[in-house]
Amino acid sequence: MCLAIPGKIVEIDPQNHLLAVVEVVGVRRKVDLGLLQDDPPIAGDWVLIHVGFAMSKISEADALDQMRTLMMLGETEAAMEEVRGYGLGEGETDPPIKGRNHEIRG
Amino acid sequence: MSTQATLAPKISFRETQIEMSHGAGGKASRRLVEGLFAPLLFGSSAGPLSDAAHIQLDGTKIAITTDSFVVKPLRFLGGSIGELAINGTVNDLAVSGARAEAIVVTFILEAGLPTEILEAEVRAIGRAAEKAGVIIAGGDTKVVEHGKADGMYITTTGIGRPLSGVEISPQSVKPGDKVLLSGPIGDHGITILLARGELDLEAELSSDTRSVFPLVQAVVRAAGAGVRWMRDPTRGGVATSLNELARDCGHGIVLREEKIPVRAPVRGACELLGMDPLHIANEGQFLAVVSAEHADAALHALRSTPGGNNAELIGEVCEQPEGAVLVTTLYGGTRMIDMLVGDPLPRIC
Amino acid sequence: MKYVDEFRKPELISRAAEEIRKLADSNRHYRIMEVCGGHTHAIYRFGLKDLLPANVELIHGPGCPVCVLPMGRIDDGLSLAARPDFIFAAFGDMMRVPGTHGSPLEYKARGMDVRIVYSPADALKLARNNPEKHVMFFAIGFETTAPSTALTLMRAKDEGLRNFSVFCNHVTIIPAIRAILDSPDMRLDGFVGPGHVSTVIGCRPYDWIAKNESKPVVVSGFEPLDILQSIVMLLRQLRIGESIVENQYKRVVPWEGNRAALRAMAETFELRPYFEWRGLGFISQSALKIREAYAQWDAEQRFSVPGVRVTDPKAAQCGEVLKGVLKPSQCKLFGNECTPEQPVGALMVSSEGSCAAYYSYQLHKPITISNAASD
Repeated sequence: MCLAIPGKIVEIDPQNHLLAVVEVVGVRRKVDLGLLQDDPPIAGDWVLIHVGFAMSKISEADALDQMRTLMMLGETEAAMEEVRGYGLGEGETDPPIKGRNHEIRG
Repeated sequence: MSTQATLAPKISFRETQIEMSHGAGGKASRRLVEGLFAPLLFGSSAGPLSDAAHIQLDGTKIAITTDSFVVKPLRFLGGSIGELAINGTVNDLAVSGARAEAIVVTFILEAGLPTEILEAEVRAIGRAAEKAGVIIAGGDTKVVEHGKADGMYITTTGIGRPLSGVEISPQSVKPGDKVLLSGPIGDHGITILLARGELDLEAELSSDTRSVFPLVQAVVRAAGAGVRWMRDPTRGGVATSLNELARDCGHGIVLREEKIPVRAPVRGACELLGMDPLHIANEGQFLAVVSAEHADAALHALRSTPGGNNAELIGEVCEQPEGAVLVTTLYGGTRMIDMLVGDPLPRIC
Repeated sequence: MKYVDEFRKPELISRAAEEIRKLADSNRHYRIMEVCGGHTHAIYRFGLKDLLPANVELIHGPGCPVCVLPMGRIDDGLSLAARPDFIFAAFGDMMRVPGTHGSPLEYKARGMDVRIVYSPADALKLARNNPEKHVMFFAIGFETTAPSTALTLMRAKDEGLRNFSVFCNHVTIIPAIRAILDSPDMRLDGFVGPGHVSTVIGCRPYDWIAKNESKPVVVSGFEPLDILQSIVMLLRQLRIGESIVENQYKRVVPWEGNRAALRAMAETFELRPYFEWRGLGFISQSALKIREAYAQWDAEQRFSVPGVRVTDPKAAQCGEVLKGVLKPSQCKLFGNECTPEQPVGALMVSSEGSCAAYYSYQLHKPITISNAASD
């Protein structure tokens, strides 16, 4: 329902720190950083852009983790590891993955 | 009504007024042409629906085409309305298998248009004509009240000389034939979209407007009678042109997504705005369907011609899916790609 | 990392597809709902259905804000914009959506000042640059889009910009999921959760689906590998009889959501007691209205709105399709009276509506049609 695209912050507007130029595959646009004011991104960070607003900072560590998990797919052993890695059967009330900083073994 | 009834043309166009989409080169345009123009003007034959026609005049075959140009802004990176007018006309003739010889130009000007803007376009027309090797044989000027036109509109009519040894028709397209594309798609449409400034996007990109005749000539020389069909995918993009072909020839067209050349900024803009490069307009590319045995030679000829180095073989004609265009991905996914409905619009969903 | 191409790698896609085939129990038929229209679009665009075994069926959910917007709201918005010196600003998605007397694009062709904006902030800019006109932004979207409208309202207030207003149609996803689960003819095994909505609301709001309804939820990204991996994760849960909320899209979605975005929404919006959804009917507390503190910027509070109600044609089975009871091609109107160019029902309107996606990408494919018929 919502088209959102990753883009890299090229520069933060020196006049207005809530505005940044973001690049998406060779296209640049000014993007509003107002929704990230609790954890402001800096030039070089990747953000998810929706309707001209940065919605979320993209975590490279989590992306790399995901790639590792994906590369392990197809091996039965690895698959069982994965089931444990996702925390199945650990606690039932708490989310198995606590936000972006949680590490899965890869 | 009664005179129409005696002629008994089958008018299937039922919409009560003309909307923007009727001029956008997609399905709505086709409904208008097939449902109103064709039955009233061309009789029952489904023949003269392409952009250019080849007619006999005292035993001599000539190609004739007409086109009009409405673009906002008038100037953009890589070109302007004047250049589009000449190249567009030359290209319509080229893909019908003809070399443009002469063009007449009509200007519809809005009162208040600065002379320097008009002069720049007249100069652009002169330059483009010279480059394409075509003469401007005449023209007409009309001025409408201020506010009644976006600065200027241009209408052209061009005549050309058919190339020998090539006969182009969708009906000659057969399963097994290959689809060639002259270069990267979407440059023009995205350039215009960015030039309007409404979306606040910037990219290093310019319109691809140019005459494709040298490239068409290279293909015709290399493949001769093996050339079945050609088209310049302007408004509505590659998807719309190929859907028209699929419908006209009754076969399916299967494209390999990874083979379709798209420049980074076009891809970026399409990702950001939720558009498909296959639906974006081009002004300097063409599609050719060539028999399998001539495909390699035609591709080689394209690539060896200046401006054709990015040409690709993007797909082939298949029995299935009948009358439709299918895009396949490297990982085995497929999607149907339809004609464009109206102009491409940015989406957020 | 470019965060796009990496997640479209053919060899990894094949592996993920293979894993799905291995995990899917051949004696079982899985019905998985992708809540978000963005997922529906991606599934068709990348041809992911071709990669799934026949017994893993994807059901398209209600997450298309254009599709679920009742026609009366469009009529209301357009009738407001008929005032002199009005600019009607909306996302491109809205432009072809038909009201009773035409779409915004058709009104534009007839002379109304209608502008396509990419961002609510662009609508605000229009107001700044056209002080002699009134700019009304026709806001649509779920929780992904609402914070941007919220921040734009706050900026308008800060600047004291009087010639700007918002016609608010923002809706919330959880009540819609609840409405679908409450539907008696519904059977679902799990949910591919809406990744971009979750950047704002986080993953906790789905807890009840896992706990009370015993359906697994995997919050998912939108690239082919994201969606396939989410299906893998759902099948693993189903295999061992688990139902928890998992976050496949961790690179983007924080478990707790985006607090700054939620604050901006809380500042400017409150829940409507009820709101009409096309195809689903009235759902309580399922939409946002602008708070009184922002009344000056609320088109509904500032101007008198006719409050048009238009019922969908009876023959259109949008509700059943929206709830996943019928496939798009099983609706009586599909492809005949109802096409993307001349949509009758809501789901044919937006390119991410399941009927439009079905029509554009699958209609001619004999295999799909025969599948649908044999279901």
